[in-house]
Amino acid sequence: MRKVLMKGNEAIGAAAIEAGCKYFFGYPITPQSELPEYMARELPKIGGVFLQAESEIAAINMVYGAAGSGVRVMTSSSSPGMALKQEGISYMAGAELPCVIVNIMRGGPGLGGIQPSQTDYFQATRGGGNGDYRLVVLAPADVQELVDLIIEGFDIADQYRNPVMILGDGMIGQMMEPVEFKEPKKRDLPEKDWATTGTEGKRKPNIINSLYLAPEELEKHNIKLQAKYREIKEKEVKVQSYNIEDGDVVIAAYGTTSRIVKTAISQLEREGYKVGLIRPITLWPYPYEEFQKINDECKGILTVEMNNGQMIDDVKIAVEGKYPVYFYGRTGGMVPTPDEIVKKVKEIHGGEI
Amino acid sequence: MTVVFEKTKGLTDVQTHYCPGCTHGIVHRLVGEALEELGVLDKAIGVAPVGCAVLAYNYFNCDMHEAAHGRAPAVATGIKRVRPENFVFTYQGDGDLASIGTAEIVHVAHRGEKISTIFINNAIYGMTGGQMAPTTLIGQKATTAPLGRDEAHSGKPIKMSELLATIDGAKFVERVTVTTPGHVRKAKKAIKECFKLQIEGKGFGIVEVLSTCPTNWGLTPEESLRWLEENMIPYYPLGSFKRPKEDD
Amino acid sequence: MEERIMIAGFGGQGVMAIGQILTYAGMIEDKNVSWLPSYGPEMRGGTANCGVIISNEPVGSPVVVNSTSAIIMNKPSLDKFEKFVNKGGKLFVNSSLIEAKSERDDIDVYYIPANEIANELGNSRVANMVMLGAYLEATKAIGMKSIEEGFVKVFGEERAHLLPINKEALKKGGEFVREQKKFLETKSY
Repeated sequence: MRKVLMKGNEAIGAAAIEAGCKYFFGYPITPQSELPEYMARELPKIGGVFLQAESEIAAINMVYGAAGSGVRVMTSSSSPGMALKQEGISYMAGAELPCVIVNIMRGGPGLGGIQPSQTDYFQATRGGGNGDYRLVVLAPADVQELVDLIIEGFDIADQYRNPVMILGDGMIGQMMEPVEFKEPKKRDLPEKDWATTGTEGKRKPNIINSLYLAPEELEKHNIKLQAKYREIKEKEVKVQSYNIEDGDVVIAAYGTTSRIVKTAISQLEREGYKVGLIRPITLWPYPYEEFQKINDECKGILTVEMNNGQMIDDVKIAVEGKYPVYFYGRTGGMVPTPDEIVKKVKEIHGGEI
Repeated sequence: MTVVFEKTKGLTDVQTHYCPGCTHGIVHRLVGEALEELGVLDKAIGVAPVGCAVLAYNYFNCDMHEAAHGRAPAVATGIKRVRPENFVFTYQGDGDLASIGTAEIVHVAHRGEKISTIFINNAIYGMTGGQMAPTTLIGQKATTAPLGRDEAHSGKPIKMSELLATIDGAKFVERVTVTTPGHVRKAKKAIKECFKLQIEGKGFGIVEVLSTCPTNWGLTPEESLRWLEENMIPYYPLGSFKRPKEDD
Repeated sequence: MEERIMIAGFGGQGVMAIGQILTYAGMIEDKNVSWLPSYGPEMRGGTANCGVIISNEPVGSPVVVNSTSAIIMNKPSLDKFEKFVNKGGKLFVNSSLIEAKSERDDIDVYYIPANEIANELGNSRVANMVMLGAYLEATKAIGMKSIEEGFVKVFGEERAHLLPINKEALKKGGEFVREQKKFLETKSY
């Protein structure tokens, strides 16, 4: 297929449709409204349904109903709206329903702002809702990867019967880049024989549920969920690394921030510095093992985020105290510049901090 | 011997957890019978609430979802929009529908979702142990209104049927009760008519059923029925608030 | 080659559109490209801007801070972005709406009366294309055929009939720059 130039938010919609998703329930919020707008325009053309819900809470519960009925379904929002969706997300994790949820993050807390940020890392990777659950969290760095991960995300969701979250920010949602739509690697997807479709008098009723009143049953259910999460951790980690065998400093960054870091690294290399990069693509499961490959001489790990330090917790877990871990971040919608990162790396390199 | 009564196929063969004298059981039976008699049991997908009827998914003999508190109408919307050929209903209590889920119920009516709702109004939170509901009557005692509901503090009880009847997309709104065999028959008729509305694709329908909660009211089952008739019906008048018009 | 272009003006002046056309055209020429807009309430009648990157290398940060060129359609945008043009870079000023002169003496500054030219062409809405034409003439970053293709991509086949007047606007902008260029070529930094 030929390349097309697409805005991130619209590319998400196109990718979802490509993945066979015909249903979208959402609520407008900047900076992701182009996605529901795109779906409102495109889904009716393919016999699908776009519905603007009365709230983010209703939207995620519509997704719960639709996913429970066995279809591929999506919702999207931005940070404050995503906070509202947590109830439904927890229920879907509990009832083991597949769906793709897109968070195009903006600054917080509270109403915050509308400019790009990465302040929902904790919410996404630690579980913003109640209970011991995990989402598969995918963090694309460019519009092409966004498209690829949406398409694969639907497969991951169906394979494990688990919600998948795409964690982007206002920048990737708003920017335009060339994309092409590629087939994902084939996965063996199970039949959705658990879905509510009406019994047709041919089988026992199917029940979509997350309530287990007997403690021993709920524990059993949780043990089953944890086994599933372990399998995901074994099979689904995605990470991109650069020069970690040789870097005097290694930077950890994800999403659009990692692109700014790449620009900074090119700048540093021109000045003769050796700098590596670990870019997690899955934020959960986190690529902890990748950090074991960093060379012993490395002077420190610099985590760069558009927040006040959230992924840094995972970086610290990953390096197990072997290297000092530093942080550089901007927040509130301020985007770090390559120059700022260059300066920080030089400070670490020169032992100034 | 002539069979004069048979349990409906619309209900599963399990013992319910409802308290003795609670009218949930009657309403469950009516819903099950309506599904069976209208021939939609095999394609029905129900949505259970949070509240006393939280386990309704074990009792209705059809595919079921258990929804978060108040969200059953949104869940039902999701199901109906992707499976318009199926019959979709919610079964909700007053805390669920008239308090935490007011936005969801108002907006299914507003969109005219082709789903049916059974609304159990017993003027109290049953499952959590007798707290005040938005439908608790003035002066009625509840664990969170120990001196009785006070209008100055909590307002007057909300009348959901009257409210929903003002919304265009709500095509069938009726309040019934099940305190006597006569009322039970009328209730069943209303539920069937409401369900027919969905089958005919005419829009949103709701039947509010005034119900008892002997346990939390602190009354015997029989006293409860009398209390309902003497206190609830005068405030929540029975009858039809909305029927589909000719051109609906 | 890496062009980092800031395009800024009032909402409604078509700054987003010429950014998109440029980006599309870059893609057609097999360059790596990105287009990043400002967004939010400031778009509603306030200042709008977008940053375009056209590069032989994969695009790193899509944020255009230091630009190789800036196309400036109104005064507030001049105040905001003039200082971020790289030394030796190019600044295109819509002199129909901006009386002020640039304070920079280390960059090439082109003053284009874009609205007047557009009005002479009979459509005030093509002022943005006049500016784009000026940019293309001065930088030779992208071929005109790709720009025309990009125009149809951005505006759709149903508005392809507007292509002739837009082409005319591009041409006029280019001509205007050629005149100024003669003068600028005598300059050295």
